[in-house]
Amino acid sequence: MLLAILLDIAYAVMGAGIGAGLVAIGAGLGIGKIGASAMEGMARQPEASGKIQGAMLIIAALIEVAALFGLVICLLISFKA
Amino acid sequence: MTVFFNTLSRFSRVFSSVLLILLLSFPALAQQESSKDMDTHETSSEEKFDAGEVIIHHVLDDHIWHFFDGHGGTLYLPVIVYSEEKGLDIFSSARFYDEHHNLVPYEGYTLEHNHIYLNGKQVFDLSITKNVAMLLINATLMVIVFLSVARAYKRNSGKAPKGLQSLIEPVIIFVRDEVVKPNIGHGYEKYMPYLLTLFFFILFGNILGLLPGAANLTGNIAVTFTLAFISFLVTNFSGNKAYWSHIFWTPGVPLPLRIVILPVEILGIFTKPISLMVRLFVAITAGHIVILSLIALTFIFQSYLVGIASSVVVLFINLIELLVAGIQAYVFTLFTSLYIGMATTDHDHH
Repeated sequence: MLLAILLDIAYAVMGAGIGAGLVAIGAGLGIGKIGASAMEGMARQPEASGKIQGAMLIIAALIEVAALFGLVICLLISFKA
Repeated sequence: MTVFFNTLSRFSRVFSSVLLILLLSFPALAQQESSKDMDTHETSSEEKFDAGEVIIHHVLDDHIWHFFDGHGGTLYLPVIVYSEEKGLDIFSSARFYDEHHNLVPYEGYTLEHNHIYLNGKQVFDLSITKNVAMLLINATLMVIVFLSVARAYKRNSGKAPKGLQSLIEPVIIFVRDEVVKPNIGHGYEKYMPYLLTLFFFILFGNILGLLPGAANLTGNIAVTFTLAFISFLVTNFSGNKAYWSHIFWTPGVPLPLRIVILPVEILGIFTKPISLMVRLFVAITAGHIVILSLIALTFIFQSYLVGIASSVVVLFINLIELLVAGIQAYVFTLFTSLYIGMATTDHDHH
C-alpha cells in the first residue's frame, strides 16, 4: 500500500523531470530554427540586420514563454508530489 | 553605445547609471544574506533548507512584506477584512504573529496558507497585501513620472526636450509608431491613452519586480487577469459590424462549415485575452523562479565557491530578465493593439 503511494509519487516526479527536459529541447529547437533563418537573412542582406535582429528577439521571447508554460507545470508537479 | 550615453542629458545619465548599479548589485545582496541566514538556521533549529518552499513563498503574495530577518526587517501590512458577523475589521498583520514568528489566531481570525478564515469560513479580504502595496507604488511612480513629463512639455513647448522627457519621449514615439499605428491604422488616437498606460504599467511593474526585496507584481495571475480583462472589454466594445458578423456568420464560406466555425470563433473571443493573461504571468513568474532557484543553489550546497559562481550566473540571468521585462510589455501591447485593429478595421467586403 505504502509502496504503491511512494511509487506513484516517484513516477510523478520522474515525469516532471522528463517533461522539463523535453520542454528545454523544444525551446532549443524552436529558437535554433529562428536563429538559423535570422542568420541566413542577415547574411543575404546585411542592411536589414537591425530589423531582423529585432524581430528575432521578439519571436524568441514568445517561444520561450511557450517553453515556460511547460516548465511551470513540471515545477507544480514536483512541488505537489 | 557610449556615444549614445553621452548625448543623454545629465539627469538621464545619472538616473540610468544609478538604476543599472542598483539592478546589478542584486546578487551581491544574496551573498551577504547567505552567511547571516545560515547562522540563524543552524543555531535556532535543525530545519533543512527547503528550496521549493522558499521559492514559492517569494513568488506568491503575502500579508507581510519581509525584507530581512531580524528587528525591523518586516513590514506588517494592514489587514482589512469584511464579514457578516463582525463587519469591517482593520488591524495590523503583526497581530497574527508572536515573538517567534509563529502564526497565532487573533480575535477569531486565523491566517492559514495566506488566506484569512473566521471560524472556518473565508472572509471578504480587502487587505493591503504585498502585491497591492507594490501596485500602489507602481501607480504612484507612473503618476509622478508622467505628470512631471507633461509639465515639462508645457514649460518647454517648442523647445528641445530635456531631462526625464528625453527618456520617456522616444519610448512613447516607439509605442505610437511601431505598435499602435501600424496595427490600428485609422482612428488610433482614441486607443493611445489606454495602450500607453498598459505598456508603461507592465514595463514599470516588470522592472520593479526585479529589484531586491520587491513583490512579484506582474507575475500575479490576478493582476494579469485584470489587464487582459480590460483589453477584452476595450476590444469587444469597439468591435464594429464587420467584426461581429465575421464571428457569428463568417462570409465567403459554405453554410455547413459556418455552423462548425461558429463555436470556434466564439471560443476565439475568449482565448485571445486568456493567452495575454497567461503569457505575461508565466514569463515573469518563471523568470523569478529561475533566479531564485539559482540563488537557492548556494544554500543547498552551503559552499562559498558555489555562492560566487551562482552570483555571476544570476547577474547574467538578471540582465536577460530585464530584456524579458521590456519584451513582455511590448508583446502585450502589440497583441492588444492587434486585436483592437482586427475589431475596428473597415474590412474590404467580399
